[in-house]
Amino acid sequence: MPKLNEDKEGIRVLMMGNEAIVRGALEAGVNVAAGYPGTPSSEIIENLSKVAQERHLYVEWSTNEKISLEVAAAASFAGLRAICPMKQNGVNVASDFLLHLAGSGTRGGLVLVTCDDPGALSSANEGESRHFARMIEIPLLEPGDFQEAKDMTKWAFELSEELKNVVMLRSVTRMSHASGMVRLGKLPERMVKAEFKCRGPLLDQETGPVSSMPVVYHHTLQQEKLRRARELFEESPFNTYEGPEKPELLVITGSACTLYCREAIHLLGLKDRVGLLKLGTTWPLPPKFMKKYLALTEKILIVEEVIPFLEDSVKILAAEQAAEIGIKTFYGKNDGTIPMVGELNPDLVAAGLSKIMGAPYASMDGEYAKEAQEAAGALAPERDLTFCPGCPHRASFWSIHKALQLDNRKGFVCGDIGCYSLGARPAGFSTVKIAHAMGSGLGLACGFGKLEAFGMDQPTLTVCGDSTFFHAALPALVNAVHHEANTTLIILDNSGTAMTGFQPHPGLPINALGQAAPQIDIAKVCEAMGAKVVIRDPFELEETRATINALLEEEGIKVLILRQICALSPEKKGKKSHTMRIDESRCLGEECGCNRLCTRVFRCPGLIWDKEKKKSRIDEVICAGCGVCADICTSGAIRREEPVSV
Amino acid sequence: MKPLIQDPYNIILAGVGGQGNVMGSRILANMLSRKGYFLTIGETFGASQRGGSVMSHLRVSAASTLSTQIPKGKAHIVIALEPVEAIRIIAAYGNREVIVLTNTRPVHPVSVIAGESGYPEIETIQKTLEGLSSRVWLIEATEEALRLGNPILSNIIMIGAVSGLDILPLELEDFTAVIEETFPKKLLDVNRQAFQIGRDKVK
Ligand code: SF4
Ligand code: SF4
Repeated sequence: MPKLNEDKEGIRVLMMGNEAIVRGALEAGVNVAAGYPGTPSSEIIENLSKVAQERHLYVEWSTNEKISLEVAAAASFAGLRAICPMKQNGVNVASDFLLHLAGSGTRGGLVLVTCDDPGALSSANEGESRHFARMIEIPLLEPGDFQEAKDMTKWAFELSEELKNVVMLRSVTRMSHASGMVRLGKLPERMVKAEFKCRGPLLDQETGPVSSMPVVYHHTLQQEKLRRARELFEESPFNTYEGPEKPELLVITGSACTLYCREAIHLLGLKDRVGLLKLGTTWPLPPKFMKKYLALTEKILIVEEVIPFLEDSVKILAAEQAAEIGIKTFYGKNDGTIPMVGELNPDLVAAGLSKIMGAPYASMDGEYAKEAQEAAGALAPERDLTFCPGCPHRASFWSIHKALQLDNRKGFVCGDIGCYSLGARPAGFSTVKIAHAMGSGLGLACGFGKLEAFGMDQPTLTVCGDSTFFHAALPALVNAVHHEANTTLIILDNSGTAMTGFQPHPGLPINALGQAAPQIDIAKVCEAMGAKVVIRDPFELEETRATINALLEEEGIKVLILRQICALSPEKKGKKSHTMRIDESRCLGEECGCNRLCTRVFRCPGLIWDKEKKKSRIDEVICAGCGVCADICTSGAIRREEPVSV
Repeated sequence: MKPLIQDPYNIILAGVGGQGNVMGSRILANMLSRKGYFLTIGETFGASQRGGSVMSHLRVSAASTLSTQIPKGKAHIVIALEPVEAIRIIAAYGNREVIVLTNTRPVHPVSVIAGESGYPEIETIQKTLEGLSSRVWLIEATEEALRLGNPILSNIIMIGAVSGLDILPLELEDFTAVIEETFPKKLLDVNRQAFQIGRDKVK
């Protein structure tokens, strides 16, 4: 694999979509990058940080997406080029500042990369960032393959500078995390000096003070910029047509859906009957360019993920141009040709196409499909997600679950976003009953805590991770302390943003570039705010359980920090602190009063239930050697053989 | 560039989170891209690292970039790092001509650990796969990898096995070149050994 900063113009390499975006930014001479980790966007900052030194970049993991956009905007205001990647949920967080930013405009090229997750492959929703582009009135670009992911990123910086406003580039999971071929371009030598010019006249965007006020003036200017974008898009090489001169059906698409459409047309053998209009500049749409293609035929199918964004825009244009292009029949999401939820794939597009065109398509031979699916149904048990072997969260939820059972007041856990979201599933003993946005767990608990006057007497617990604590739980903690909320915040501190690949955060003594950085002590912060703080090791099951029960008895806001490093962290991965062994003579299995608590309830994947022997067994390939299960077993059958030398 | 037996040629690498699926598909793809082919890899990870099923779709073409998801029923080779994952993949992407290579070592889903569902015998898995494909190779990759000192090497053993089938232009030299770019020097030898073990398994 050639490195991302390889200065070999013209060679073709295999790149992940996120790497292609990074390469595009490097070719554009990006100076500053800031983001908050979130799948599927995280690799952008990660890869930029790897080449930061050689390419003279400033790269940071910010505490949340709003701050990352502010950091990137500062660079732009000082005349530099900056990139700010985030996942779809991050755009919600950043949107407060984004609205202001779009009003004030920018100076150096500023590209907001949003990585949406259609199908919610690793998210708690499949929200879309594209609507922000329309709502906030900034141009939107959507790459249709890997080459474009690179080329459009580079162009996005130029566009941003030409328009003097932030440009949104939207990727999706199947672009960001998929890989394809990219031909490299040139890396520039671009040394610019940062300077914030702010002594010019009020209304001069290049030298005056930066603000979205006076609002009507700036809003008008912003719309002129959008009109200019529309004009530029008329000529954009990223909008292309392939297919016959007089197609029976015109498919309009963009993003990763381009590849699905091309494949579906090929699968159905419809090359001579169906035209494919691929759009790279999806907001605002260029009307003249669109008219030329909308005029080609009566029938139009729009293919996109997730909700009908393009479909709406195209319909508006077609209505405006109806006198010249005639009346159209539209197929897409609204009429159900393409599903309204979830991600697409070539088969779903083929199914839609086959319906419209009356071209039969069976993806699999029917008899084979039946046989294979029956086999899978009978032989391939579902694989529910679970915490990794040796994960501290399994131990934490075990104790939380037991504490709530003992407490017996119908207490419940308000959850949050991270690996520990699995606390809502059997992996976490279904302990988490509510889970929304980052930081919302504590905010909700504050609210529940105020319902005593209405007769509510259930205690609440909140879990959040260490990274989430800094991201969005801090303001909620302020609220909880100030309003004397009765709740317990359990910070599952595993020393990193584990869910997205272990990125550092302000609680660690290291920054995105791997340099030493001042570490913020979560316990001290909470104490300073006025909360009672207790720290425990979640692997000490009994002590943790007892602590939670004690805290549940106390009034006010209490913080319990359960501190134990993530099983996948570089310090721990592949190193066992214990070799585990099952003493078969002691393992009572189903005969045991617990009816095998270890495998039936605790369910660490490092344990196996040996059906024939009717005993538990350790799977040495999977067991991480954390030793926790030894304390689960009431008959002392699971033994730690310590310590293991590595 | 040698012409492919079929263009596009579709390979699926499947397994369970944590088995090195992503790394395996990247190595295989880089070997092929060295030969000049167009490659796409579609993969899911993230939440799927936590014990869920994972799969990578590899598409090889002499001509163009394709959908990163293979259409249903269109796999040519399925490489499974875990045996029931092979069956799961076949149900969606299999066909009578597909070639299947599977590691024999099960990774029990939590529902099996908890006793809510059962895990089939390896003989049943083998018979089922034989009924649903043109050729099946069962490889004790994890056991061999443990002998080499690290279970994660099972993915390299499986890639070695694919190269041994002579259905794709994959030579030991390509593998060596790619791992030299991927791994630190001290790991080269053991990886090369793992690759060779896989090759020998299918000869
Ligand atoms: S990545 Fe870390 S925190 Fe997440 S499930 Fe695995 S061990 Fe637990
Ligand atoms: S020691 Fe027990 S709890 Fe820890 S990873 Fe191994 S089997 Fe799981």
